Amino acid sequence: MPQMTMLEALNDAYHIAMEKDADVVTLGEDIGKKGGVFGTTAGLYDKFGDMRVMDTPLSECGIIGTAVGMALYGLKPVAEIQFLDFIYPGFDQIVSEMAKMRYRSGGEWTCPMVVRSPSGGGIRGGHYHSQSSEAYFAHTPGLRVVMPSTPGDAKGLLLASIFCDDPVIFLEPKALYRHGKADVEEGYYEVSLDEARIAREGNDVTLVSWGAMVPTCEQAADLAQEKGIGVELIDLRSVLPWDAATVIESVKKTGRLVVAQEAPRTCGFASEVSATVAEKAVEYLEAPIGRVSGFDTPFPYTLEHVYKPDKKRVLNAVEYVAGWE
Amino acid sequence: MAQATELLTVIDPKGKGKAPAGLDTDDFKAMYRAMLFTRLFDQRGMNLQRQGRIGFFVPSTGQEASQIGAAYAMGQEDVLFPSYRTHSIALLKGISLKRMYDQMWGNDGDAVKGRQMPNHFTFKDINWVSISSPIGTQISQAAGAARAAQIKGDKLAVWAWFGDGGTSSNDFHAGLNFAGVWKSPCIFMCENNHWAISVPQEMQTASHSFAAKAVAYGMPGMRVDGNDVFAVYEASRQARERALNGDGPTLIENLTFRMGPHSSSDDPKRYQPPELFESWQKKDPIERFQQWLAAEGIWTEAWEDKLRTEIMGEIAEAVEAAESTPQPEIETIFTDVYAEMPTLLKDQLEGLKEQIRRDGDIEDTGGAFPL
Repeated sequence: MPQMTMLEALNDAYHIAMEKDADVVTLGEDIGKKGGVFGTTAGLYDKFGDMRVMDTPLSECGIIGTAVGMALYGLKPVAEIQFLDFIYPGFDQIVSEMAKMRYRSGGEWTCPMVVRSPSGGGIRGGHYHSQSSEAYFAHTPGLRVVMPSTPGDAKGLLLASIFCDDPVIFLEPKALYRHGKADVEEGYYEVSLDEARIAREGNDVTLVSWGAMVPTCEQAADLAQEKGIGVELIDLRSVLPWDAATVIESVKKTGRLVVAQEAPRTCGFASEVSATVAEKAVEYLEAPIGRVSGFDTPFPYTLEHVYKPDKKRVLNAVEYVAGWE
Repeated sequence: MAQATELLTVIDPKGKGKAPAGLDTDDFKAMYRAMLFTRLFDQRGMNLQRQGRIGFFVPSTGQEASQIGAAYAMGQEDVLFPSYRTHSIALLKGISLKRMYDQMWGNDGDAVKGRQMPNHFTFKDINWVSISSPIGTQISQAAGAARAAQIKGDKLAVWAWFGDGGTSSNDFHAGLNFAGVWKSPCIFMCENNHWAISVPQEMQTASHSFAAKAVAYGMPGMRVDGNDVFAVYEASRQARERALNGDGPTLIENLTFRMGPHSSSDDPKRYQPPELFESWQKKDPIERFQQWLAAEGIWTEAWEDKLRTEIMGEIAEAVEAAESTPQPEIETIFTDVYAEMPTLLKDQLEGLKEQIRRDGDIEDTGGAFPL
């Protein structure tokens, strides 16, 4: 099985999708000859030409608005927003148009499309190249919001997103783009958009995360194991709709829950996970729910490493929850 | 081709002028019927709202020529991104009144399943894209659909409809800019009806016309007498020809006037100078076309009476049918959010059903628009 970085896996998925279906097109800023600022679209322009790989004028509103029109017409567009922090001029098209088209037309018109964007910190990009905004989108019925954490998942989730009938916000943890290589299956395959992944099994604490925080949580779980705490790590993969059942099943086993996100705390997706578990499995809980998150501040430049939750901060929460009596 | 500085007119205010080539008496009659139909439909719509039978209505009175002239130049395969004030086009294209009224009642027969306010139609069978309330969002979408037609090699035009207010939106700039760069077959129909609710057109732009904006996007801008059905037809026909020839997009500004309120929730007397309204009343697009038809010996009072009786009969029948159709089932709150209902929504639907089983039907506390 080939070994790939997440970037290579995403690029592989792109090539496969565009070869498989002529209706798949992609558009965005610098995605053509340059192949994207991170290289995600490398080689697509040469292989598929400028009608299917479109460098656009510099307008996120226009990229997403025209992609919505393409989807309505019958294409399967993949729109790239260069950094998630730049997506807001297109927010109206996402929440009022793309997400609501099926509903507001009684199913007559649909937007099978993907808006993909690098998300989160880790590249010393300051607050306009670092934010984790998944919660904004998770608050919008009609969207699917997906965040992979491994190269293999990234490929399978992107393919599933491109060929899904629903509109997908596909958030790529840019800190993991070149994080390391892992096994990636060859050829076409999909990873379910509806199922969380149990990244490791354990009996003492359920640790839920997604995207860039998953490897940090793995490290924290290793440290916890050294202290005799068995962590069950769940990678949600999708935050909308999300696989609550897998989390609740795990909490029924462990009786303890920590949720870790990179985003600011208030109204972050960790809050939703916490509330759902409190509603549906409170009788199984043996300790307060722990939340690990960024702070309720903008994302800093120099002190990015202090802002982002690290393995120690996750470990502290795990230990606190595990030690509660 | 007419440029932004000229005003394209065919029928002069006295009702004289030469009909565009390619239209015959049957076409003239169909155009007039659709315009009259729209006027009567709008009057009835406002009355139904005033009687509290529908919750909201958006009339298009005064803009009948601006819409029917263009609709008559459309090809059957063309894709339409309408605004909420363009229902005359659906009437011309033969959408049944029952379907339109079902939407306005938001009843069980409504294609939108009672999820949108009146006038927010969807008619996939005539390539009429679902309508939004936020202004201008359809403009960039139309540019994208036109690009998609290019990619697929389809020969057709995509029409985006919006008003003078819509030209101030982000999507106007994005849509025209992208379409200009892509040279895509898109026709941008700006109905300059002088008002964005209460804000007059001169407060939308310092540009000397809306059509003039086309220059900056590298496309022709045509300024058209929007109360002249033939002028609008002719401009639209030329724009469509350009689109199909691969010559790219066109911006058309139809100079017209909203002769009624913005919607059933608005009273123009609060902001509109009466003399302005009166000056436009004299340019009524239906009367103008009627004069032309009369001079050609096509329009007679007897024909007018017959048309009115016929149309009012059709309206009465459709209103009765829509009004007696029940509300949508509660499941429709949860369907069509996703292609398949996810567990999350299944659980919420089940919870709602459980509440109704326990407590009975939920009381309608009677929200009404305007607030």
